Amino acid sequence: MSFFYNKLIGGKEGLTGLILLALLILVVFPLTLDLFRLNLVGKYLTYAFPAVSLVLLWGYGGILSLGQGVFFGLGGYGMAMFLKLEASSPENTAIQSTPGIPDFMDWNQLTELPWFWEPFNSFAFTILAILIIPAAFAYIIGAAMFKRRVGGVYFAIITQVIAVILTILIVGQQGYTGGINGITDLRTLNGWDMTSDSAKYIFYFINCALLLCIVLLSRFILTSKFGSLLLAIRDKEDRVRFSGYDVSNFKIFIYCFAALISAIGGAMFTLQVGFMSPSFVGIVPSIEMVIFAAIGGRMSLIGAIYGTLLVNFGKTAFSETFPELWLFLMGGLFISVVMLFPNGLAGLWNDYKHHLTNRFAFITKRFKSQKTLTRPTNAESESLS
Amino acid sequence: MLGGYTYGELGSILAMQGFAGFSLFSVLLLMALGLAIIFGQMGVINMAHGEFMAAGAYTTYLIATLTEQYFPAFMPYYFVFAIVVAFFVAGALGYLAEFALIRHLYKRPLDTLLATWGLSLIMQQSYRSIFGAREVSPTLPEWLLGSYQPTDTIDIPLNGMFVLVLTAVVTFAVFYLMFKSRWGLRVRATTQNRVMSGAVGINTNKVDRYTFALGCGIAGIAGAAFTTIASTGPTTGTLYIVDTFMVVVFGGAASLFGTIASAFSIAQAQSILEFFISGSMAKVYTLVTLVLILMFKPEGLFASKVRR
Amino acid sequence: MSTSTDLTLAIEDLTVSFDGFKAVDSLNLYIDKNELHVVIGPNGAGKTTVLDLICGKTKASSGSIKFLNKELTELAEHEIVRAGVGRKFQTPSIYENLTVFENLEVSYPYGRTVIGSLFFKRNNEVVKKIHQIAKEIMLEDVLDTESALLSHGQKQWLEIGMLLIQDPQLLMLDEPVAGMSVKEREQTAELLKKISKGRSVLVIEHDMEFVEQIAQKVTVLHQGKILAAGQMDKVQKDPKVIEVYLGH
Repeated sequence: MSFFYNKLIGGKEGLTGLILLALLILVVFPLTLDLFRLNLVGKYLTYAFPAVSLVLLWGYGGILSLGQGVFFGLGGYGMAMFLKLEASSPENTAIQSTPGIPDFMDWNQLTELPWFWEPFNSFAFTILAILIIPAAFAYIIGAAMFKRRVGGVYFAIITQVIAVILTILIVGQQGYTGGINGITDLRTLNGWDMTSDSAKYIFYFINCALLLCIVLLSRFILTSKFGSLLLAIRDKEDRVRFSGYDVSNFKIFIYCFAALISAIGGAMFTLQVGFMSPSFVGIVPSIEMVIFAAIGGRMSLIGAIYGTLLVNFGKTAFSETFPELWLFLMGGLFISVVMLFPNGLAGLWNDYKHHLTNRFAFITKRFKSQKTLTRPTNAESESLS
Repeated sequence: MLGGYTYGELGSILAMQGFAGFSLFSVLLLMALGLAIIFGQMGVINMAHGEFMAAGAYTTYLIATLTEQYFPAFMPYYFVFAIVVAFFVAGALGYLAEFALIRHLYKRPLDTLLATWGLSLIMQQSYRSIFGAREVSPTLPEWLLGSYQPTDTIDIPLNGMFVLVLTAVVTFAVFYLMFKSRWGLRVRATTQNRVMSGAVGINTNKVDRYTFALGCGIAGIAGAAFTTIASTGPTTGTLYIVDTFMVVVFGGAASLFGTIASAFSIAQAQSILEFFISGSMAKVYTLVTLVLILMFKPEGLFASKVRR
Repeated sequence: MSTSTDLTLAIEDLTVSFDGFKAVDSLNLYIDKNELHVVIGPNGAGKTTVLDLICGKTKASSGSIKFLNKELTELAEHEIVRAGVGRKFQTPSIYENLTVFENLEVSYPYGRTVIGSLFFKRNNEVVKKIHQIAKEIMLEDVLDTESALLSHGQKQWLEIGMLLIQDPQLLMLDEPVAGMSVKEREQTAELLKKISKGRSVLVIEHDMEFVEQIAQKVTVLHQGKILAAGQMDKVQKDPKVIEVYLGH
């Protein structure tokens, strides 16, 4: 029991943070927002998946991926392919020249379903594909790069190029992918109307539950020895390697895990928004995911979720009223988060909290300072000699 | 793939596509030269590099428009003048960016990436606010229009040849500056050992600032050259930034010769492929090949072996 | 050549060149069980490169490195460590954000795989071992201190402790007393004598006084080659050695 409390929940402080977040997304939002707005929040929360993945990967592991949109997209497209096939039954598509295939294929003169679409007729396969394909793809990239010690800036650039490649491929191969418009008109999931009010509520809550589970799972990883090693690799990679660890395996694992999380977010996006398009795959969405994590605090799982919500609320509010200002603001956010508060909202909150404790809890402070100030005696002798 | 062309036709196609490749090569190389200095020498990832190029392009457009309106007689000569101004405008913007942003982030390369991305968003939106979302292109002097026809089937545009010559001049200038001049020696010394360079009396802060400004200035020249082959919009820069990074990384970040070779091979591969398959697939194949090569040779094509 | 010996380390004909420059040139070096061997030499003699070669950080151009009759030149860094070779870097290389305890825990040789590290448990055995090592490296009182706050000398000891906890058969230390106070040097000399019981230790050092305190056998390296080797007092009188150290 204490294991669960200390490790997963993160003690008293972690529990408070988690309960507050759960209250906000599970109680406050559903009670105060109308369904349209709640659905919007649900969409934002799907971006929180890649943002959380970047906390693990970038904040703790020091590996900046500028291609998390790739995995978000793979998950989203996997789900969209299944839903599109369901929407393209021969009866629904009787007016096409080839009934039974998705409409965009028909427009592009395809006469039969491409082979890689076939298995997406099965829901079970689709779920497995969403969980496995992005992680397997990440494994291939990660193994190739980390085994050869490609890291830092080079990794960032190469992941970005992969995002570019996938975007061009999706846009260019419109007969197979739906092109720039993406895969649209998704209405039912196994015969169940996805656009109904009840479906929207259910998807919203599933999304929240998955997100909270992923936060817990990530906490488990970060509080284990793996977590300490991840930090150690970030700061002193050589020392870890010369302590007998195969560093690349650790990096590959966290990269695959990050890909998996992002893919789940992408699949939930498709379910809640009802379409998937290349504009959620490329460089711009990928780097925006980084800014979500950075604003929330690159070292804070929960911070990343607040960061995502905040930036997206801001984006919606601004692009409705002053679309011109938004890009300036977004640019300013990038610059200020790097220059002024590199630890994001979570960092500001911690400073503020310390400020409070310092001001009010002077009794405990006195107590604490006695403990922490037991500096080693030889250090003093050294400065004297 | 050869379907239906005679050898003569194929030869002409190769020559013309090859030349189209030279235009792409010129722009990529001019962009990459600036980036190779900034990234290769200083280790700064400048995601706003494309926007500095756009600054050069818009400067050219502005000068062309003003000349057309107020000094029509000057039209045949304005372009040379515009190149110089584009260099200084983009360079000055780079100088400011280094002063305001980059110099605080030298120890955090991944953070410069984010900050300069933010800068690029701001610059893009500024272009949109000032020049509008529509793409613009300057009225080119007449001697840049038209083409050169050595045979009936080959048709080589003059603007492409001009850009190629311009690129050659700039490349030699950069090479001279970096490897033969005293200033280049300081830059290279600073990259190799910042502390020691400071100790022997090099003002490393000044070197950094001017190096960054120089890189951006060259991007400005790239922008001026760019206006002769395509029109400029607020997001023009972003279209080239990833390709440019690939050129620099593929060439081996610190090697100018590598940068030239890699710009050449990437541009040629892409434009020759473009003729046979669709443009987007040509780009996919080129990029995939690059990524694969980089996975096997992460240090790029021309990097020397040193004790790390 | 020698196929099976009872030597801990046998380096034979080891050469490495960087762009034509031979940093280490046909080097032969043997270290016995329980031997404390010191390599000295002027700057650029190739001392650190030798350590880099043994622990796999640099790949040899030719030659062999046998550790307990196992060829190291073909192994990856982590495999060399797991075989029983520990290496301390010149500047203290510790995890500054972690406490002393956590530093030692991360170096504890269990949970070295991804899965193993995810389910690694801090049981009594681990805690006991960490306390034992901490006592040995004189850091028992500061186990819960963030290691960034340690003095320079203590950081050096901590890194030695992080190696000791893996119980290596060969311990390689790159200038362990650089930047230490006189008192810390003495303590470090004691520590080295203590830990060289039951294992071989290879030390690179500049400080001749310190070398005199600890050395049993000394090898003098110059321009990638061995200039002299043997007992400390004999080597010190060698005219070639004096020439290299004082001649220019």
